[in-house]
Amino acid sequence: MKVLVAVKRVIDANVKVRVKADGTGVETQNVKMAMNPFCEIAIEEAVRLKEAGTATEIVAVACGTTQSQETIRTALAMGADRGILVEHDGVLEPLAVAKLLKAVVDREQPRLVIAGKQAIDDDSNQTGQMLAGLLGWAQGTFASKIAFDGEWLHVTREVNEGLEKIDIKLPAVITTDLRLNEPRYASLPNIMKAKKKPIETLKPADLGVDVTPRLKVLKVNEPPKRQAGVKVGSIAELIDKLKNEAKVI
Amino acid sequence: MTALVLAEHDNANFNAATLHAITAAKAMGGDMHILVAGAGCKTVADQAARVAGVSKVLLADDAALEYRLAENVAPLIARLAANYSHVLAVATTTGKNVMPRAAALLDVQQISEIVAVESADTFLRPTYAGNAMTLVQSGDKVKMITVRATGFEPAAAEGGSAAVETVAGASDSGLSKFVGRDVHKSERPELTSARIVVSGGRGMQSGDNFKLLEAVADKLGAAVGASRAAVDAGFVPNDYQVGQTGKIVAPELYIAVGISGAIQHLAGMKDSKVIVAINKDEDAPIFQVADYGLVADLFQAMPEFAAALQKQAAA
Ligand SMILES: Cc1cc2nc3c(=O)[nH]c(=O)nc-3n(C[C@H](O)[C@H](O)[C@H](O)COP(=O)(O)OP(=O)(O)OC[C@H]3O[C@@H](n4cnc5c(N)ncnc54)[C@H](O)[C@@H]3O)c2cc1C
Ligand SMILES: Nc1ncnc2c1ncn2[C@@H]1O[C@H](COP(=O)(O)O)[C@@H](O)[C@H]1O
Repeated sequence: MKVLVAVKRVIDANVKVRVKADGTGVETQNVKMAMNPFCEIAIEEAVRLKEAGTATEIVAVACGTTQSQETIRTALAMGADRGILVEHDGVLEPLAVAKLLKAVVDREQPRLVIAGKQAIDDDSNQTGQMLAGLLGWAQGTFASKIAFDGEWLHVTREVNEGLEKIDIKLPAVITTDLRLNEPRYASLPNIMKAKKKPIETLKPADLGVDVTPRLKVLKVNEPPKRQAGVKVGSIAELIDKLKNEAKVI
Repeated sequence: MTALVLAEHDNANFNAATLHAITAAKAMGGDMHILVAGAGCKTVADQAARVAGVSKVLLADDAALEYRLAENVAPLIARLAANYSHVLAVATTTGKNVMPRAAALLDVQQISEIVAVESADTFLRPTYAGNAMTLVQSGDKVKMITVRATGFEPAAAEGGSAAVETVAGASDSGLSKFVGRDVHKSERPELTSARIVVSGGRGMQSGDNFKLLEAVADKLGAAVGASRAAVDAGFVPNDYQVGQTGKIVAPELYIAVGISGAIQHLAGMKDSKVIVAINKDEDAPIFQVADYGLVADLFQAMPEFAAALQKQAAA
């Protein structure tokens, strides 16, 4: 079974993001970039499926600038077999990414697509669901466990009320939640090996997809800052403040 | 101009979280309808019809909709959307699962988790874990929107008397089946609507130690939450997680215990009215957002906290 994994290059989760003074976006100059953490989980799951003999080939796909090649290399070092970069310099909204991924799926014919549940930059949580909709496939979002059963996939989902179990028919799209697995670090030999694995580069036009943004970003602002308050010396003082000053208990 | 709001419910009860999305829908400036999609959910439609400001309730009552499987609900929404300027859902896991699929079917770019409505086509949404507030304008024919509940006051649940209209045409895609749910029953208030939340982190050391938090929570009528680290470690279930990729809460009082205050955690609670932090590390970042900080070992502080509240209740 061929598995396609969507990987996005984002600002590293440990970076304190700063809004640009002119309000057009966030500072990306000299900022550490990394693979979106949910995409690492997606790659890890695919690699485990390959190790278990379920997956035969893993294709990592990233849409974005040339630098997204680095993200694909990381995926290859973790165990993906080859990469596809859909190169585009401008903004790519989730709908556009979903259309690009659909076009790649049409060419590659995987049985399973794994995406992250959310990109930690735009915090959209849309792409996997949109791709499933465009393909007319089943979707297993926010997955914390998956198990194959013939033509079906058992999926445990992290939902507001707890856990939900559904069965979805293959081919399908999965989006990963935090508890699905713990991604491995790529070993040095695997990083070296990854350099020889192939990456194909395509343009949105090659796939016949119009990626013109639908949303206009009018302004990006910093959120209101919270002021640090006071330290209290004891539980008694804390309770007194909450009762008589903040009046919340 | 009419906005359609997808009701959150369990086929028996209209979920009050929807009321926040209804406030956002009203801010668009036109009429507001509510869609109740489920099975055997007539009573939900009746409750929805009483919400202040609703002019019509659409009831799609069909076995295929019982568990809000995205493959069955999204085509229904996409079909109904033709008659609406906006379709909104509250950003629960149900809304997040269904809405983008419907948006894709409509060839619309969804706007996720809005916290303010600037005008009928311009919305404010947090990005980068709430570190950048982004104002976006949509040119799409229908605005597909999920709403962050903490951004909008709930609409009044009573005061309306809308007609309930039945909509047919739902069907089972055959692509997915609901199997079951592992729900943690609790007497405590629900995390996202509680007036007070007490959350524990890695510093709790075990699930068993959460009893120390529960003792305080129960005396305050509070919900119990957690950091990702506490969930990952298996101390508490996934639905306790507060943060960028968990639940977003903004209670009157948030008490963070043994939580360091990572950006991703702050994203889920920094709009709380009053924040208390109890942490043994005086340099923990959580103190930078706390109104009241107590540098203490939680294993001493929490039993003391519970005992002091107990004493006050008795007095
Ligand atoms: C993609 C992604 C998504 C994420 N999403 C979320 C999210 O939604 N929510 C979330 O919370 N995190 C999230 N995180 C994780 C986040 O980055 C932090 O790792 C996490 O919040 C840390 O949890 P913690 O504060 O409990 O643990 P730690 O950072 O380990 O802090 C534990 C704290 O407990 C204190 N402590 C220890 N013992 C005691 C004691 N006896 N008494 C008092 N204090 C004590 C310590 O001083 C320390 O400050 C995410 C991370 C990533 C990469
Ligand atoms: N530009 C992109 N290239 C590849 N995959 C992407 C891209 N954007 C989003 N995705 C995938 O979709 C998931 C969810 O992203 P989002 O819908 O933007 O929150 C990510 O974790 C990726 O798996």
